[in-house]
Amino acid sequence: MGKRPAYSNLCKAIEAGHFVFTGELEPKKILDLSEIIESSKEMIKTKRIIAANVTDGPQGDAYMSSLIPSYIIQRDAGIEAVWQVAVRDRNRVALFGDVIAGAYMGLKNILVLTGDHTALGDNKKARPVYDIDSTQFCELLSKIIDDGTDYEGNEISGGKVEMNYGCVANPNAVGEYMEPEILKVGRKVEQGIDFIQTQTAFDIDVAKEFINELARFNVPILLGIFPMKSHGIAWYFDNYIPGVSVPKDLLKALKSAEKDNKGNKPAKYAALDKVNVEFFKPFIKEIKENSKASGVHCMAVEYERLFIPLLGEYPEYAKGFY
Amino acid sequence: MIITQQKDINEIYEMIKPYSKILIAGCDGCNQPPRSINEAKVLGQLLELKAKTEGKALIWKAITILRQCDDRIAATTVRPFLDDYEAIVSLACGLGVVMMNKIADKILTYPAQNSMFGGVQNASENDFIQYCETCGDCLLGVTGGVCPIAGCAKHLNNGPCGGTVDGLCEVGGYTRPCAWIEIYKRLKKFDRLDLFTKYRPARDYRSATSPSFIVINKTYTNEEEKKKEEKK
Repeated sequence: MGKRPAYSNLCKAIEAGHFVFTGELEPKKILDLSEIIESSKEMIKTKRIIAANVTDGPQGDAYMSSLIPSYIIQRDAGIEAVWQVAVRDRNRVALFGDVIAGAYMGLKNILVLTGDHTALGDNKKARPVYDIDSTQFCELLSKIIDDGTDYEGNEISGGKVEMNYGCVANPNAVGEYMEPEILKVGRKVEQGIDFIQTQTAFDIDVAKEFINELARFNVPILLGIFPMKSHGIAWYFDNYIPGVSVPKDLLKALKSAEKDNKGNKPAKYAALDKVNVEFFKPFIKEIKENSKASGVHCMAVEYERLFIPLLGEYPEYAKGFY
Repeated sequence: MIITQQKDINEIYEMIKPYSKILIAGCDGCNQPPRSINEAKVLGQLLELKAKTEGKALIWKAITILRQCDDRIAATTVRPFLDDYEAIVSLACGLGVVMMNKIADKILTYPAQNSMFGGVQNASENDFIQYCETCGDCLLGVTGGVCPIAGCAKHLNNGPCGGTVDGLCEVGGYTRPCAWIEIYKRLKKFDRLDLFTKYRPARDYRSATSPSFIVINKTYTNEEEKKKEEKK
């Protein structure tokens, strides 16, 4: 870890040398957080998931803001939030305001994102903001946390903001596109990031090469994986998430798991889980044993039943932090 | 050049509906595609037809102006017609429409165009393309001559973002190039990746705050110099 202390459980656990796991929660266009709280409680039960990312209008959709759900899961479920904040919807004034509001509510992690363009979302006519970009947001966070000021240097009174922040990186930028991706992350390292969570990877060799390249920055890396609870989700991900393609064999296996067990829900779930465990268990093992990654970010949204089959063999390191 | 697109004929007609005599003014300035006397004439004919379908007679005259955004040129050209017409329809960009309203303030001038962007004609790639957004804080010196403001859907100063796939942008369904990948390629070609690696802090948007203006006719007097000399 760099100059900044580990304020969050996530960073403390990494600093203590644990191979960490983070989960993911997605507030949607819904005035009800009970599912998210339930999911968070399930994550706690695994004793292996240290924190949960809370998404901020993924794919540019107009969803419930991530700030309040991040606070609620910490208060009602006891799991630490990795509060995702996109620069798409807020200028530097609003970002600053939200960050110190989040700090006041006890949030400890921020994941900085550019945010999918509004042209991709469900309110396509919106004017996106992008007053500052994600690297500049990292600089703003450094000013807030390390200097105790806003972007212009005006002081914050009444206390110190104690947070850690990270950025994302895309392991699917391969070949000639890897270098600009790595150099871009380098700029964010310069602006004081504490961790990196990557976009999802399906190719183990690509993932390992990418981690190897990022390792030069000496910043903890959590590789993203995406277990898919249905063939439909896998298909959507394959077709609609920028830069991600699901291996054809995996898509096929998920499809036949559903087809072979039509009408029998428990058998279908078991078959789908089996496909995911068979693909991702060796994947995680390989990442842990033969790469410099500090952990895995498991984007199994609303798919908590997979956590124990997938992560059960790892130590229950997280329970000391809750 | 300013790239414009003609508004829907119904929208233009709705604006001029209250009038029976209109002046239609083309512009021979930089706007593209051309919006000159011929285009003004065609618009007049279309509006006349549209009026006929509603049982109304429309009298119109088509003229063209060298540059509607130049107050002296626009004023001298349009002045002789102002007493005979009830409204003007301008085929210029927004600059021309605002200027016409200013210099011909006896009557209202209506826009027949949507001003799309300041662009170039680049026939090999696209008919018209936006290369500069006149943002007031030029970055081209550190980006290898590729503009990340006009060229990037998110106006990023430190790109690329995660929305680029194989050098193409998520906005527009991966058909347009990612400006930041273009910037990377240009700087790599000239062995200037040091510029790519460099962090660019947040922009000062005061340079782009509306309304923008630059004072050109400052006064000058030698009085102060004379006073200084006297003090010495």
